Order: sequence, then structure tokens, then C-alpha cells
Amino acid sequence: MDTADILQIIVFCVLLVALTPVAGGYMARVFSGERVLLDRVLGPVERGIYRLCGIRPDQEQHWTAYALAMLAFNLLGFLLLYALLRAQSWLPLNPAGMAPVLPDLAFNTAVSFMTNTNWQAYGGESTLSYLSQMAGLTVQNFVSAATGIAVLVALIRGFARRSARTVGNFYVDMTRATLYVLLPISIVTALVLVSQGVPQNLDSYTVAHTVEGGRQVIAQGPVASQEAIKQLGSNGGGFFSVNSAHPYENPTPLANFVEMIFLLLLAAGLTDTFGRMVGDRRQGWAIFAAMGILFLAGLGVAYWAELQGNPAAIAAGFDPAAGNMEGKEVRFGIVNSVLWAVATTAASNGSVNAMHDSFMPLGGMVPMVNMMLGEVVFGGVGAGLYGMLIFVLLAVFIAGLMVGRTPEYLGKKIEAKEIKLAMLATLTLPLGVLGFSALTLVLPAGLAGIQDPGPHGLSEVLYAYSSGTGNNGSAFAGFGANSLYHNTTIALAMLLGRFLVILPVLAIAGGLAGKRAVPASAGTFPTHGGLFIGLLVGIVLIVGGLTFFPALALGPVVEHLMLGTGTFF
Amino acid sequence: MMHRTSEISLFDARIAAQAAGVAVRKLDPRELVRNPVIFVTAVVAVLSTVLVLRDLLGTGGSGVGVSGQIAAWLWFTVLFANFAEAVAEGRGKAQAASLRKTKTETAARKVASADATTHQSVPAASLRSGDLVLVEAGDVIPGDGDVVSGIATVDESAITGESAPVIRESGGDRSAVTGGTRVVSDRIVVRITANPGESFLDRMIALVEGAKRQKTPNEIALNILLAGLSIIFLLVVMTLPAFADYSGAAIPVAFLIALLVTLIPTTIGGLLSAIGIAGMDRLVRFSVIAKSGRAVEAAGDVDVLLLDKTGTITLGNRQAAEFIPVGGIAERELAEAAFLSSLADDTPEGKSIVALARQRFGFDASSLDRGGLTFIPFTAQTRMSGVDVAATDTRIRKGAPDTIISMIGSAGRDLTLAVERVAKAGGTPLVVARDGRALGVVYLKDIVKPGIRERFLTLRSMGIKTVMVTGDNPLTAAAIAAEAGVDDFLAEATPEKKLELIRTYQAEGRLVAMCGDGSNDAPALAQADVGVAMNTGTQAAREAGNMVDLESDPTKLIEIVMIGKQLLMSRGALTTFSIANDVAKYFAIIPALFIAAYPQLQALNVMGLASPQSAILSAIIFNALIIVALIPLALKGVAYRPADAASLLRRNLLIYGLGGLVVPFAGIKLIDMAITTLGLV
Repeated sequence: MDTADILQIIVFCVLLVALTPVAGGYMARVFSGERVLLDRVLGPVERGIYRLCGIRPDQEQHWTAYALAMLAFNLLGFLLLYALLRAQSWLPLNPAGMAPVLPDLAFNTAVSFMTNTNWQAYGGESTLSYLSQMAGLTVQNFVSAATGIAVLVALIRGFARRSARTVGNFYVDMTRATLYVLLPISIVTALVLVSQGVPQNLDSYTVAHTVEGGRQVIAQGPVASQEAIKQLGSNGGGFFSVNSAHPYENPTPLANFVEMIFLLLLAAGLTDTFGRMVGDRRQGWAIFAAMGILFLAGLGVAYWAELQGNPAAIAAGFDPAAGNMEGKEVRFGIVNSVLWAVATTAASNGSVNAMHDSFMPLGGMVPMVNMMLGEVVFGGVGAGLYGMLIFVLLAVFIAGLMVGRTPEYLGKKIEAKEIKLAMLATLTLPLGVLGFSALTLVLPAGLAGIQDPGPHGLSEVLYAYSSGTGNNGSAFAGFGANSLYHNTTIALAMLLGRFLVILPVLAIAGGLAGKRAVPASAGTFPTHGGLFIGLLVGIVLIVGGLTFFPALALGPVVEHLMLGTGTFF
Repeated sequence: MMHRTSEISLFDARIAAQAAGVAVRKLDPRELVRNPVIFVTAVVAVLSTVLVLRDLLGTGGSGVGVSGQIAAWLWFTVLFANFAEAVAEGRGKAQAASLRKTKTETAARKVASADATTHQSVPAASLRSGDLVLVEAGDVIPGDGDVVSGIATVDESAITGESAPVIRESGGDRSAVTGGTRVVSDRIVVRITANPGESFLDRMIALVEGAKRQKTPNEIALNILLAGLSIIFLLVVMTLPAFADYSGAAIPVAFLIALLVTLIPTTIGGLLSAIGIAGMDRLVRFSVIAKSGRAVEAAGDVDVLLLDKTGTITLGNRQAAEFIPVGGIAERELAEAAFLSSLADDTPEGKSIVALARQRFGFDASSLDRGGLTFIPFTAQTRMSGVDVAATDTRIRKGAPDTIISMIGSAGRDLTLAVERVAKAGGTPLVVARDGRALGVVYLKDIVKPGIRERFLTLRSMGIKTVMVTGDNPLTAAAIAAEAGVDDFLAEATPEKKLELIRTYQAEGRLVAMCGDGSNDAPALAQADVGVAMNTGTQAAREAGNMVDLESDPTKLIEIVMIGKQLLMSRGALTTFSIANDVAKYFAIIPALFIAAYPQLQALNVMGLASPQSAILSAIIFNALIIVALIPLALKGVAYRPADAASLLRRNLLIYGLGGLVVPFAGIKLIDMAITTLGLV
């Protein structure tokens, strides 16, 4: 174990903890409609948008109206993006002369970006025009992230309000999330990245002649702007095919570090936003702590697994001290690759700076488990926290019964209706991951995408559908996902994983908002202490573990065990 | 004397034998479908039986050994769950049987009006609400109702166990009668208030019968959670063949079924209704009848207890604590007069005055010439009692200050001061006068029940606020409240003030429990989330409350709250246990299923189970037996010690969460060793 590695992880964690209340406090002000520093600049823009769109910002919505607005907005975004991808060859800003995207791929891509998944079945530099990247993908990067935040904010209001009919105005939450949170931070980040050498231009690809006399096409374009929101909005859809392993997306150690921080920043910050908006910041920190424990546990396992190195490679004469470097950028080494991998899958981001497919079996299992837990370890912006709050409801329900009271959380009684909706949301993961994986494994069209034999092939399938259903978007590489079958089924998994969670969440928000609050007493167990944090971590692990243990046993677990006996894939 | 129905042993042989029969009858799909988890188990049990039969016919019996045993244990799982419910029902019914015995067919004398002279003999079961019946000495009252005319003594021992007859009369707060009790003297006309099948007894019997029992809100929520988990595991098991097939492993359907049943929460699913019935049963054993399961559950959630001062916090009677002479009278003179006037006074107050006088001045009642004393008893008209002493021709009277003062015409300044002093200290002043002259004041003190302070402390640690309700003035109330250690008090309480207080607490989101007996308590009883009516109270009060305490003991509210909490805790604890069990079952079954395809998975066989077949069989046997093993816990409820929520959670998580993780590892291993030794696989 390297002291520098440990030091870097510590610096990363400390910085994340330090930035959480900063981001959280700011967002709490934004979504409570309070004045913030940027009001002077953005206030008129915001009001202009409302006037232009005919939105009455003071008119709040019932949860059903909120949900309908959200669905309509997303559907429209999807249709626009689909049309743009199909028509890109006739539109401007296409210096590389990209052809129209094929229907199934366009469908998959449009769903992918609308659902904040950013699963990329295409190679960006070889498929998409600059216009598609900028006006299509980048726009969805913003609004899909804003959608996640808006849904979360509605849920938070459900907890915070008493006997209320409404949960907020979707259009206002969307606008404020984009305008006050995502845009300003993205602009600053993009500038930092440009300073580190990330390109931001609309030039054609450069043709270079290498010293060996070879000819190389150097792809470029408006990279920095997309890079910033890709990390910030837990999108993960890279400009280039290899994502953040590409030197133009991720040129320097500083750029790498900044990108990793931004990957978790908003998701972590929202825990504090939650705490502030429900009037008890300890509640937010408790959830942060539960997420942090799961994050560090995953990081520890993956780091340890990758440090071990591949016994086969060591037998072939590789230096065991180097660990497993297959599929990793030498620039980043093990700790940065692992830290990124764990963070990106924890955060439902899905950008990569190394090939998870080439991780050791257990090292590769950690990202997969992170997704299978429901993307609640920080998770996607908004999505991670509302997903975690679903687990909180389940934990509170069981704990509440065990102390002999009707379960309650933040003063709201958790009753049959909430449990029904929470279970509905919980069902999406096994349905999407196990259901589609099983289908893939029995259909020839599905099997065709698997690159490697044996358990590793199974891991590829599991990873793909976990990534889709979890709205993560990272890929295990090696998996041939760009086929009619996979484009369709993964798109369906993404839709399922997004909306079959959002709708129950909004329904819960609406129900909770209408409830009275029960004042806390010694009979109410505290949901901000270590005991509850432990219980929450336990529930997340047990639900995830019980659901996916058999599948994992046949994938990475058996692969790991076989590695010990000298069989590998 | 508290009455407790005799404790029924946990495995009463007769009840167990009966329950075994009922368990088989409960295989009726219409009954099974009420419990989703057990219904799923029954469906797959049918499926595996069909498969075993098919194999038997196809292969002539070879190779069905393990699947046959699996099918058998699946049926046992369903039967054990049915048995648990049947045992709980059996115990509940036995508890109610003594009450039901009184509901034998009696004839009732129906009358047209309260003063009618003729009556018509009809079966008691045919009486409808509103009918009038005449009941005379020796008759059993045919149904719940209100006395509309007459006064009678009634033997209510059949339901309360209290052997002394009680007085029931029309009007006032003592007008309710219960069906099945017997009139001992006099005659009354009763207006029936319950239709056939709706009386207290009927309702209570229905509550302990699983089929008619309505699920409580928390039970419904828990059922949804369990159904959701079952669906998740169904998805896991249904997709497994695809994963297995890809991995080159073939899994027999019987093994898949075994995996499913061990994973779905059969333990809590099987015990859920037993827990609910047992909760009702515990209440009945405390002689409390809940009108709905919902009320019992609400009791566990109560945050505010409204307790009447008299009888609940203080002993119903006050005791003499001090003699305060006025107008230059010696204390001894006052004490002697009070002593004489109280000699024939059988009330606890009167006895306490005699005792105090004897203790202070050594008066001796036996040396007195009783012949010369004419005792004047307390009457509602005079509102005073006393004695006329023939020897000295003196008349001694004692009574409330205003009564005596109005009799003697005026009060001296020191008398007024003495009366005020006693009232401020939380006591009741009693003025003693001799021949029209006030001698002084007897300080009757409210005695706070021993141990009540500690109980309130316990309640506070449970997060329950206690509020004392009293008709006393605020000064007196504050003094007693401080002494008893209640959190708050409502002085000079009227029914309206009480109702308002309940509404205020409820508006804050709190759940309020109270008890009451009079007609004027009815609105408050109805408003409270848990309203316990005293059985001695009026019919109106009994209708308004959602529980009736047959023994009319208001302190029982505290026990009721604890029973409610215990009910929820038992469910939570067994749910946690059931889910935690799954970890060990996975470690038993997953390696067993795939070891042929991937021998390396032997590493996951941490229990070192003998063979794949024995592993699967052990898991399914453990899964079935654990239901039986936990029946006593389900019936008794998990141990409940009043404590704050955090320590309760820590304790229960440790026992049922950690225990649930560890126990099955040991259990499955032991069963595996046993069946391997017996050669069952």
C-alpha cells in the first residue's frame, strides 16, 4: 500500500466533506426561493424565461401535476434529441460529415441522455456532429440532471411541509436548478479544464503525421463544456469513446482530481440541502455518513483487489508490486483509476477513466455492486438521494416496528401507502437487471453481444443492465452493445430504472406533504445517530445482496475463485 | 382484587390438538390467500407435489427421494404457519369461552314500555337494539343495554370476576348493564343497545378469530413489505435458470422451489396473524376488551396519557393528616369531637379520622358508652354527618366548609385562613362544629398512590407525557401534580375543557389516550385516539371508547400502552429475524446449486454441508421448523422493558438482527448433520 495513494484518498474525502455544506447550503437557498449572490445577474434571466414560457412561478403543483409536467418535459426532450440525431447530417456544425444516427442507436442514445444515464453505445468522435453533441447531448446533460434535482426537491418538500396539497412547481425547480446551480458551476469548471488543456473549439479534426511517419486523425471539438456538466450532472457521457481516459477529456492530474470531485459534489451536497430544508441538518449528515461508509467500503475492496495484481500476469513475469494495470491509464495508476471507478459508479455518473472490464474480478464487482445497490451511494444528482430516501423509509419502517410505534421519519408517519410505493420503486432494480440479463442470456440476439466466455461474459451482461437500470451509463467495455437488441432492451431498462422510481417518489412526496407531523419524543428513535446509520447501511446491503447474490455468485465471485485456481477469462 | 383469567400454558395439549386439526382445515385456498407469503408457499407446494407425482409415475419411484422430501417440507411449512394461527385462535377462544358461556340461550321478557304490566317471552338472541326488557331478581340480563327504570344490584362476576354485586340504576353514570350478568335484587327495565352479534362479547370473540379479524394499519403495511420482498425473490428465482443455463448448470425445479420458499419471509409471514391475535389475547387477560385491533396498535403510539386524579394518581379516598383548631379551642378538643362524629362513619375518610385521633391522643372507642350516641349519617340533602351525644346534650357535625359555615351562620377569620391553608396544600378541608360553633378543620390529604411516581418516570423514558385531570382548583392540582410527578395537569376540569385539551394535543400531532366512565366523558372518549371506558360507566361512555376495562381500573392505561408496543415490536423483531435468516440460506443453497458447474464455489459452502442435496433439504427443513420454534415467542410477544427508543432498537437489532444472521448457520449445519446421519439423502 502506497502512502501517496492513501494520502490522495484522504485529501479527496476531506475536500468532499468540506465542500458538501457549501454546495448544500447554496442549493438549499436556491430551492427555498431565497436570495443568492447570483440573483442580480440571473434574476432577470429567470423572470424572462417564466414570462416567455408563460410560467407562473408562484403557482404550486399537486404531485400529479408535478409528475405530468416532468413526464411531458422529458418526452419533449427525448423527441427533440431523437430528431436531432437522425437529422444531423443535414444540419450545420458537422465538419466531420457524420451520417444520420441509425434509428435504434438514436433511440437508445436519446433515452440514455434523457434519463441521465449517458450509456454510450456509440463512439462520440466517430458518430456525432458537434451540433448533436452541443445542442443535443449537452442540453440533456443539463436538463436530465435538473430533473433529478427537481424530483428530489419535491420529495424534500413532502417531508418538510405539513398538511400541504402541493410539492412545488416543476418548471420553477427545473429552471432554478439549471440556471443557479448547474450552469454557473459548469462554466467555471469548463474554464478550469480549458486551462488544463482540454480543447474547446469547433474545428475539424486535425490530421497529424507522427514521427514514425504514420497518419493520425486527432479528434477534438467543444470538449470542455461537455466535460464539466458530464461530471457535475452525474451524466458521464464522454465526448470521446474512451471517455475520461482520453487525454483531451482528462489531460492532467489536476484535471483528473477536479473531475473526480465534481463527480460527487452535487450528490453529496444535496444531502445537506435535504438536512437544511427539513430543518434538521443532522438528518442530512446521517445520510451522507451512510453513503460515505458504503463508498469507502467499496473503495477499500476495489483498491485491495487491484493492488493484488493478476496472478497470471505475475506468473508471466510482471512486477507484482505494480498491481493490475491492465486497462488502466499509466498516467493515473491504480488509485486514481479505482477511485474514479468507485466514484463514478457510486454516483450514477458512468464516466470512466479506465476500463472496468479489465479490473480484477472483485475490483470489477465493486462498481457493479454500487449500481446494483440502486445508485444510492451518493448516486446521481437528486436521483441518488431520493433512491436512498426510499431505503430510509424501509429502514425506518422496520426499525419503527422494533421500538413499538407506528414508524415515522422526520415526524411523518410511514404507513401502508408509503411502503407500497417504496416497494414498487425497489422492484425496478431486480426487474431491470435480473429480468433483462436473463432475457439476454437466453436469446441469441442477446448472447451475440458477449465478448468473453464463462463468468466474465455473464459479468458483462450484468454490468450492462445494472448500468442501464441504475441510470449509471458506465460500461464494462468488451460488451458489444450497439445492436438492435441491446439498444432496445438497454433503453427500456433505462426508462424503467428512471421513471418507475421517479413516479413512486413523487407519489410519496405528495402523500407525505399532506400529512401532519408528529412531534419527536423519547419514544421516537433518532434517525441521525450511528445506530440508524448502521441500520441504513445494513438495509441497503441486505436488500441489494439478497437480490443479486446468485447472479454475482455466477459472475465475478466465481471468476475470482477460479482465478485462484488458475482459470481466467 | 384484580381478576385475571387463568393463564393458559403455551402448549396446552387440548388446544394444540384442536389447532392441528384446524391447521389442515385452513389449507382452504380462500383462507390462505389472506396471507400472501404463505399462499405463495402453498402454490409452490402444490407444484412440487405434482412434479414429484409425475416423476413417480414416469420413473417408477427412483430419484424422487429428495424432491419428495422437499415437497413434504413445503407442506409442513404451510401447515406450521396455519398451526401457529390456530393455536393463537384457540387460546383466544379459550380465554373468551368463560365469557361466552354466559351467552347461553336465555329467554327475555320483552315489554312494550317501561311501565307496562304485561310482558312477552322471547329468545334473548332475537332482541334488537331499542327493545325494552324486564329483568327481575335471579334473571340473567339478556343483552348489553341501559337501565331506563328501576334500581337493582347486579352480579357482574361473570365478566369482571368481582364477586360483590354492584348497583345499577336508571339515569346517572351507573346505568349500563352487560349481557350475561345476573340481577341479584329488585327489578329493572333495560333498553337493549346492541343488535345480535354486536355485543362486547361478540366483538371480542371476533377479534381473536383469525378469519373475521380485520388487519390493522401497520399489519397491512407490513404485509405489503413482505409481499414486495416475495416478488423480488420470485424475480430472483425465476431469472436464475437463465443464469444457470448460461453457466452450464441445470437446476431441478424442486431446488428452485426450495430456494424460493427459503428466501421469501415465511417465518414472519407464518407468524404474523398469530402475533396479532396473541396481542388481543393479552389484553383480554388484563380484562380489557378492545373493540378493534386498530385501537390496540394506536395504544402503542400514544404520546399523551390523560389520567384522572382520583383513583388513578391518588387513592380514591383522602386521609386525615392534621387537626387545625380555631377560635382558641385546644387541638385535643377538636380531635375528640372529630373522633366521636366519625366513629360510625364507614367511609375511608371517616376511618382515617378515627385512626389519626387515636394515634395522636390515644382515644379508645371501646370504653365509650355507645348507647348515649346517636349517629347522624351523611345524606345528599344535609351534606354533613355527625353525632348527637345524649349525656352532654351536644350535637357535633362535620362537613364541607361551605355547608358547615352556612349552618352556623358565619365563619371566623382564623377558620377561613385554616380552610385556605389546607386547600393550598392540595388537601380537602373538613370543618367540625359543635352546637353551632366551629371547632376547627380536619386536613384531609390526597394520598398519591405508592409507586405511581416511578411509573410516570418510566412513561417519561418511553416518551409518553402524563397529564393529570382533576376538578380541583389549580393550586391544589399543582401541589398534587408535583407530588405525583406528572408532566402537566388540567385543573377545574370540565368535560368541555377535557375535550378541548385532547383536541389541542391532537392538533400538535400527538396521540392521546384517556379513560372515563360518565356520560359526560363520552365526547372526550370518542375524540381520544385510545379511549378506555370503565365497565362500571354509562353505556354512552362504553360506546364512545374503543376499549372497555372490565375491572374499571384506570391505571391500566399504562399496561394497555405497553401491550400495544409489544405487539408492534414482536412483528418488527420477527420480520428482521426472518430477513436476516436469508443470508445463511443463500450460503447453503447457492453453492449447492452450482457446484457441479463451478467446483470453485465450494469456497462459499462455509457451513461445510455434506452434499448439495443435504444442503438444500437442511435449508428447507430449518425454514419450516423455525416457524414452530418461534410460536411461543409470537404468542408471548417479545420481551418489553420500558426504555427510550434508541436503546430498544439497539437491543432488538442485536437479538433479532444479529441473532437472525447467526442462528440459521448453526441450525442448518445441525440439521445437515442429522439428516446425513439418518441417511435421508
